Amino acid sequence: MAEEKKLFKVKIDNITVEVEPGTTILNAARKIGGEVVPPAMCYYSKLQGSGGKCRTCLVKVTKGSEADPRPMPKLVASCRTTVMDGMEVANITSPEVQDARKGIVEFLLLNHPLDCPVCDQAGECDLQDLSYEHGVSATRYEFKRRTFDKIDIGDHIKLHMTRCILCYRCVFTADQLTNKREHGVLNRGEASEIGTYIQQSLDNDFIGNVIDVCPVGALTDRTARFKNRVWFLKPVDAHRNCDKCCGKTVLWMRGDEVFRVTARKDKYGEVEEFICDTCRFDKKSAADWVIEGPRAISRHSVISQGHYVGVHKPHETIAKVMDGRSPKLLMDIHSISEVNQPAVDLSKIDGPAHSNDFPKNNSVQ
Amino acid sequence: MQTLTNRAKQVDRRPMTFMEKLYLPAILKGMGITLSHIFKKKATVNYPEEKRPFSPVFRGLHILNRDEEGRERCTACGLCAVACPAEAITMEAAERLPGEEHLYREEKYAARYEINMLRCIFCGFCEEACPKQAIYMSETFAPANYQRKGFIYGKEDLLIPDPKHPITVKK
Repeated sequence: MAEEKKLFKVKIDNITVEVEPGTTILNAARKIGGEVVPPAMCYYSKLQGSGGKCRTCLVKVTKGSEADPRPMPKLVASCRTTVMDGMEVANITSPEVQDARKGIVEFLLLNHPLDCPVCDQAGECDLQDLSYEHGVSATRYEFKRRTFDKIDIGDHIKLHMTRCILCYRCVFTADQLTNKREHGVLNRGEASEIGTYIQQSLDNDFIGNVIDVCPVGALTDRTARFKNRVWFLKPVDAHRNCDKCCGKTVLWMRGDEVFRVTARKDKYGEVEEFICDTCRFDKKSAADWVIEGPRAISRHSVISQGHYVGVHKPHETIAKVMDGRSPKLLMDIHSISEVNQPAVDLSKIDGPAHSNDFPKNNSVQ
Repeated sequence: MQTLTNRAKQVDRRPMTFMEKLYLPAILKGMGITLSHIFKKKATVNYPEEKRPFSPVFRGLHILNRDEEGRERCTACGLCAVACPAEAITMEAAERLPGEEHLYREEKYAARYEINMLRCIFCGFCEEACPKQAIYMSETFAPANYQRKGFIYGKEDLLIPDPKHPITVKK
């Protein structure tokens, strides 16, 4: 074995951790875990070169290193700054950092439409979580927000540029995961927009992953568009034999219907393994998958709303006291309810449902 | 024994006095109280003809609101349903087609919207959760019905009539 590498001792929010030279402050904080981890909107550990765009992960370096103990003059982006031996970093313990982060959130939300009630990402949106935790409740911006037209890129991906925060994650995904760059940033400054040059469709087996890496609702799955809210679906771990990818996914189900297939995301919102487009867009039937079990969702997430776990169902006693007769069902809800009808299989519709997908009834339009 | 409240009264077990044995004074006293109530203000109203005013904060039957141009405000965001402690609200969303802009305010709308009034506890959380001012609780209560299926309220029951396109009732 080679000689043991010298580990750098870093102190983040007064917690000491030893990391290898070349590690960024963000990754050192992730090694500690918990509350000291700075939030990140653009950094993605699986994508090379990502980070440094959104400035959400700003931290204060109070002591540069053992050799040069001067503090860094400005707040630094922790995803791009590597650690030094003896470095001391303040994240949640520094009011300056908290204040700066509040400003960053305000900047990120300047042009964001805040159409969360319509957006499919709501409930699992990084920007929503970030602004909820660090943002202020009102904006001071008085000007017109930039708007773009919605674009279908390819058959399955909807690009809603208005919501984009220009984190460049999708560009790195298209660069590194696919063999031909089809996805990039056009124009500059405030006018910059993510796009495919001259509406070139994205025909690549892994391009669907841009949906998963997108921290906001700018890139969404067209096959699951407006089908259901994430918190009404039950995420289950599932896998299938796929010749292109690992096949390990999360199915978002309602009953036996598979509404959406995504990759498995860790607690930092990063996918564990990228999945291919066949798994993501074409396998919308429970029979295609081997279901492993319900996915563990943080209790604090809205997705866990209405998920009853560890429920002890009381013993049914009515049949016992009524000499084996089962109780008379006074109303079958499905005979009256128009929601979740077997005739309308929303998960099988290719794109979003429209008014002509629902059988006409006596309802007012 | 320690009493729970200081309002407990010891039962009087003494034998009745002569005046009490006569009964008549007590009966007359009781009749007097009854008589005096005839001239007092009534505590009840003659309900179907006369109705009490509702409090302005009364949480009654839900309505789905429209905007000034008569378009449906609801975008099927599901916040009312997730806020509902009784899980009474269900919905299915759809995308607005080109040409339907006069019907729906946003690009997404509720194609189906149902409230199970058997489950609803009229807590008003849905009204509070709504980000689009689409659902409101009106100052009336859900009418009685002979059958349970009459309590599943769909969009046709909840949506307020369009002021621009008055509907003709056929039933």
